Amino acid sequence: MTTTPTLETAGGVKVVKPTVGSHIRDYFGRIRGGDLGALPAVLGLVILVAIFGSARSDTFFSAGNFANLFNQAAGVIMIAMGLIFVLLLGEIDLSAGFTAGLCGAVMAVLLTEHGYNQAISLVAALVTGVVIGVVLGLLVSKVGIPSFVVTLAAFLAFQGMLLVLLGEGKNISIPDGFIKSLNKDSLPVGWSWGLAVAAVAGFALVQFLRHRGRARRGLVTEPLGIIAMRIAGIAALLLISTAILTQERAINPAVATLKGVPIAAPVIGGFLVLWTFVLGRTTYGRHVYAVGGNAEAARRAGIPVDRIRISVFVIGSFMAAVGGVMLVSRAGSVDPNTGGSSTLLYAVGAAVIGGTSLFGGKGKVIHAVIGGAVIAVIDNGMLLMDFSSGTRYMFTGVILLIAAGVDALARRRAAATGNR
Amino acid sequence: MAATPLLELRGIDKSFGPVQVLHDVELSVYPGEVTALVGDNGAGKSTLVKCISGIYTIDAGTVTFDGKQVAIHSPREAADLGIEVVYQDLALCDNLDIVQNMFLGREKVRGIVLDEPTMEQMAGETLASLSVRTVKSLRQLVASLSGGQRQTVAIAKAVLWNSRVVILDEPTAALGVAQTAQVLELVRRLADNGLGVVLISHNMNDVFAVSDRIAALYLGRMAAQVKASDVTHSQVVELITGGRSGNLGLPPEKPTDFVDITPGADQ
Repeated sequence: MTTTPTLETAGGVKVVKPTVGSHIRDYFGRIRGGDLGALPAVLGLVILVAIFGSARSDTFFSAGNFANLFNQAAGVIMIAMGLIFVLLLGEIDLSAGFTAGLCGAVMAVLLTEHGYNQAISLVAALVTGVVIGVVLGLLVSKVGIPSFVVTLAAFLAFQGMLLVLLGEGKNISIPDGFIKSLNKDSLPVGWSWGLAVAAVAGFALVQFLRHRGRARRGLVTEPLGIIAMRIAGIAALLLISTAILTQERAINPAVATLKGVPIAAPVIGGFLVLWTFVLGRTTYGRHVYAVGGNAEAARRAGIPVDRIRISVFVIGSFMAAVGGVMLVSRAGSVDPNTGGSSTLLYAVGAAVIGGTSLFGGKGKVIHAVIGGAVIAVIDNGMLLMDFSSGTRYMFTGVILLIAAGVDALARRRAAATGNR
Repeated sequence: MAATPLLELRGIDKSFGPVQVLHDVELSVYPGEVTALVGDNGAGKSTLVKCISGIYTIDAGTVTFDGKQVAIHSPREAADLGIEVVYQDLALCDNLDIVQNMFLGREKVRGIVLDEPTMEQMAGETLASLSVRTVKSLRQLVASLSGGQRQTVAIAKAVLWNSRVVILDEPTAALGVAQTAQVLELVRRLADNGLGVVLISHNMNDVFAVSDRIAALYLGRMAAQVKASDVTHSQVVELITGGRSGNLGLPPEKPTDFVDITPGADQ
């Protein structure tokens, strides 16, 4: 350590002074040490986009298809965001798919058969999700049934309730309005740019305020170069995406014009910011990680472990309800298979592919978005290449297996380097 | 050497159903001193510690803290008095960093947002007061620390809250030679900073290396509490294994309420 420049931080503890170079070296060190984070998913996404892009460059790389990806992925990403909280405690929610379907059906039935307005129906769907979460959480934490069994039972029960609610195989279409446009329409071009610029500015402001706050206390700060690179990266991603999405996508622009960022994108972004804030910046989020990492240590530190356990199921089912709304909005209708078939497995897959561990304690909300994007790209790209749905399922299965394998190998590597 | 004990236990009894684990136990902890609590397996060391820290309630006896008689009913009450316990199986979360672990359950907040700069500053100052001057970063995950460093974080977590008495349950049990020395040095420094330290240990070398007083438990009774300088290594071993040594320790007659079941022993 004689050659490394050190720095005195709070109280005089000597730490290594970070530079842009040391930051990059640290990052590669962490990766070699088995702390991969979302890197495999991002690499996978780039490779998949390159493959599908070269095979079907005219259709895959069109602005219309790019916009389509957001709508395809929105439902699964919402469910996956909620699942991340559940997975962080090392629990699982197998019923999230049909929770989404059931909440969507509650909304559709209220809208059509009982004639309630859009807002009340939407709130009713979300409240249904919260109630389901409370019940699941109580059964797991207070009664002590393993979450696998509780949610497997709920999976069957909710499937049944969905059938009963829809009257044996009926298909309910929802009327036009706010809910239907959520995962179907796009923002006006002006709004699209405004939101993108506001998001970049907000991100930059948060980064600079944090840097200034730490520097003023004499704490170790990240080099400004790293912060600038991070802001530039986010700005490029958001602004280039907005530029593509604000192009004309309609087949016949003379009849009806179609441009702007899909409404689904800011919905995903909003929940991403909300839950990232909750997990990373609040006492509650800290306690979720603590219970997931070492429940006994958390209990001794005075953290109400049972209440945390219930709360993650509430958030999980609430986000499943949001996902259900997005699924119904996209399809324009509810049927007995909404939230069924591969929805749940895609959501769990999204979280795991994104880098969240199935063993608890490790994961971020962004993993749901990255993993969800991987799954949506596979589905979308293979559809464009005219593969049958059988082949698509098999391919998605292989990708999920690779992701879980990478997680397991990284975990072994991490255990070997003492960096679990 | 301070004259009045910071923490004083008198006549502590504790039973679990028909089994009486502690009989009339007395213990005095002085500020600025390390009191070693020794005893064989099952002598009641852990039970005594759990009684002090509020995990168990005592059946009889008095606890005096800082001259005032107190009743401790929960770990939270013990912590409020300034009594902290560092458990043997370190209560740290591997997936959190040093600062996050030190403030676990008692996070500083501003509004609803965690006040990370304040916490990091306090953690740094505490580590510095314990003369821990080299960590790679205060934001390092606990998983990547060595056993001695982890023990240091656990101890730092206990002293962060202006605690007065720190109880260490076998802090060196799982450590190598160099790390043991490092932790013992830290234990000594806690006492030098004016805290009352209780060190539970099986290792006589560790006990004699740092402690000012030695309290030996034998089958739930306090055999003797003596100054470390007044006894020898072998006397302490005799106190642990037999309850007495020469004129020290329990009276020679057998305790009436237990039966010697040693094969071949005279009844």
